[in-house]
Amino acid sequence: MTRPHEVDTRELRARYPDVFDRPASARLAMPAMIVAAFAILIYGLVDLDFSPSRFIAGLSQLGWISMMMIPPDPGSSLPIYLKALGETLSIALLGTTLAAVFALPVSLLAARNVVPSKLLRFPVRRVLDSIRGVDTLIWALVWINVVGLGPFAGVLAIAVSDFGAFGKLFSEAIEGADQKQVEGIRASGGSPLHEIRFGLLPQVLPVIAGQVLYFIESNTRSATIIGIVGAGGIGLQLAEQIRVLEWQKVSFLILMILVAVAAIDFISGKLRFAIIGRRAVA
Amino acid sequence: MTTAVSILPEQQLAVLNAAYRRAVGRRRLRLLSGIVIFAAALLLAAIGAEVNLRTLFTYFGNFISYFDRILTLDNGQRVWTDVGEWLWGWRKWLKMLGETLLISYVGTLIGATLAFCLNFFAAENTSPAPWLRFTVRRLLEFARTVPGIVFALIFVIAFGLGPMAGVLAIAIHSTGALGKLFSEIVENADMKPVEGIRSTGASWLSCMRFAVVPQVTAGYASYALLRFEINVREASVMGFVGAGGIGQELVVAIRKFYYSDVSAILLTIIITVFIIDITTGWLRGRLFGGEART
Repeated sequence: MTRPHEVDTRELRARYPDVFDRPASARLAMPAMIVAAFAILIYGLVDLDFSPSRFIAGLSQLGWISMMMIPPDPGSSLPIYLKALGETLSIALLGTTLAAVFALPVSLLAARNVVPSKLLRFPVRRVLDSIRGVDTLIWALVWINVVGLGPFAGVLAIAVSDFGAFGKLFSEAIEGADQKQVEGIRASGGSPLHEIRFGLLPQVLPVIAGQVLYFIESNTRSATIIGIVGAGGIGLQLAEQIRVLEWQKVSFLILMILVAVAAIDFISGKLRFAIIGRRAVA
Repeated sequence: MTTAVSILPEQQLAVLNAAYRRAVGRRRLRLLSGIVIFAAALLLAAIGAEVNLRTLFTYFGNFISYFDRILTLDNGQRVWTDVGEWLWGWRKWLKMLGETLLISYVGTLIGATLAFCLNFFAAENTSPAPWLRFTVRRLLEFARTVPGIVFALIFVIAFGLGPMAGVLAIAIHSTGALGKLFSEIVENADMKPVEGIRSTGASWLSCMRFAVVPQVTAGYASYALLRFEINVREASVMGFVGAGGIGQELVVAIRKFYYSDVSAILLTIIITVFIIDITTGWLRGRLFGGEART
C-alpha cells in the first residue's frame, strides 16, 4: 500500500489564510454566544425555581398520572363530550368566517397598492398589530366579561384575534397581486371600486380562501383551549376533568382533540388543494 | 396593422358556444353548491355555538364600554392623564414580564435542544431505521398537536404551581413544532457531503456532525428565533392556569374588575411583544440575511 499523498500544509496555509488563520474574535464568537446562551439558561433555571429534586418528584408524579390515564374511558359522559366537540368545531368555523369577512375590507386599507398614503395605512397596521399581540385566551377573557360565559364568547374571541392576523395576511396577498390587471381596468375607464372588484379580487380570492381554510384548521386547536377560561367547547370539559383528577376521562378528551384536529387537517388540506392547486400550497 | 378576423360558420359556432356554456355552467354549479354547503355549515355552527344576535346587539355596548372602563382610573379620569397612577404597579409587572420572557427563553432553548437531538431520526434521509423514524415522528406530532396550555394544566398538578410547569409545557410544545421544521430542513440538505464522510468509514454520528450540521445550523437558529417570538405570546397566558408569568396578574385583574390595571398590563404585554418581534426580526436579518427570512 502506498502512503497517501502528503499535503504540503505550509503552502495551503499561505494560500487560504481565511481558513487557517482566522482572527481570534471570529473563532471565539460562536463559542462565546453558546456560552452566553447557556449562562442565561442556567440563570433562568435558578430564577424559575427549578430544582432537581422537584423535577424528579414531578416526573414520578407524571408517570403515575400517565398510568392512571390508561385506558382512556369517557365513562357515561360521552354524549356531553361529543356535544362539546361540536361546539368547539362550531366556534372555530364561525370565528374564522367572521374574522375573514371583517378583515377583507380593512386589509384593503392596509395594502400599499390600494391606499398609497402612508399616513392612512400606518394607524390601520398598528391597530392590527396590537390586536395580534394579544393572545386569543386574553380576548376570550375580555369577551366573557361582555357577553357572559359560553361558546358565544369563544366565537367572538377567535373572530377578534384572527381579525388581526387576517388583516396582515390579506394585505400582504393584495400587495403581491399583479398590478397590470388593475391598470387595464383603469385604462378602460373603471372606477376604483371596479379596479378592486375586477382587477384585484379575482387574483387574491384563491390565496385568501387557502389562508382562511388553514386558519380554520389552526383555530380548531385554539378553540379546544379557550374553554379553559370558560369560553365554551371541549376545553371546558378538559379543564374540569383535570381539576377533579379524572385521568381516564382526560386522556379520552385529549384523544378526541387529536382525532378531531387530524380530521380537520385532512379535510381542509383536500379543500385547499382543490381551490388553489397542489403546487401553490406546497 | 390590420388583421382579418375569420368568422366561423354558424353550426360550428353553435357547438363551441354550447361547450363554453356547459363549462361555465358546471363551474357556476360547483361554486353555488360550495356556497350552499358552506352556508349550511355556518348555520349549523351558529346553532352549535349558541350564537344569539340579540345578545350581541344588547351587549355590544358592553364591549365598547368595557374599553371605556379599562381606560378610566378609579377617580374617573382617563388613564393617560395620570400615567403614574395608571402604571402604579410597574415594578411588579416588569418583574412578572421578566419571568414571562425567561419562561419562554428557557422553554424554547430546552425545546430546541430536544428537537435538535430528535430531528435526525425523524428526517427521511438521515434516519437510521424506519421504525425509529415512525416512532419519533408520531411523538413529535403528539407534542405539537396537544396545545401547550393543556400540558401546562397537567404539569401544574404534577410539578406544582409556578413557572416550572410553564417552562416544561412550552419546552414540549416547542420540541414538537421545531422537530418537524428541523427535520424538513435536514431533508432538503445536500447528501453528497454525507456520502463523502461515510466513504471514509465514519460512524453515523460523525456523518451528522460533520456533513449535515454545518449545512443546517442557520435554518435551525432562524426557526428557533421565530419559535421564541411565538412562545413569548404563549407564556403570557400560562399564568391563567397557574404556570407562572404575567398572565397570573392579568387574570386576577380581569376577574376582580381592576379595570385600569387590565389596560396597563395589556399595554405592557403588547409593547413587550412588539419589542421581541422587532428585535428577533432584526436579528434574523443580521444573522442569516434575506434568504432565511420567511
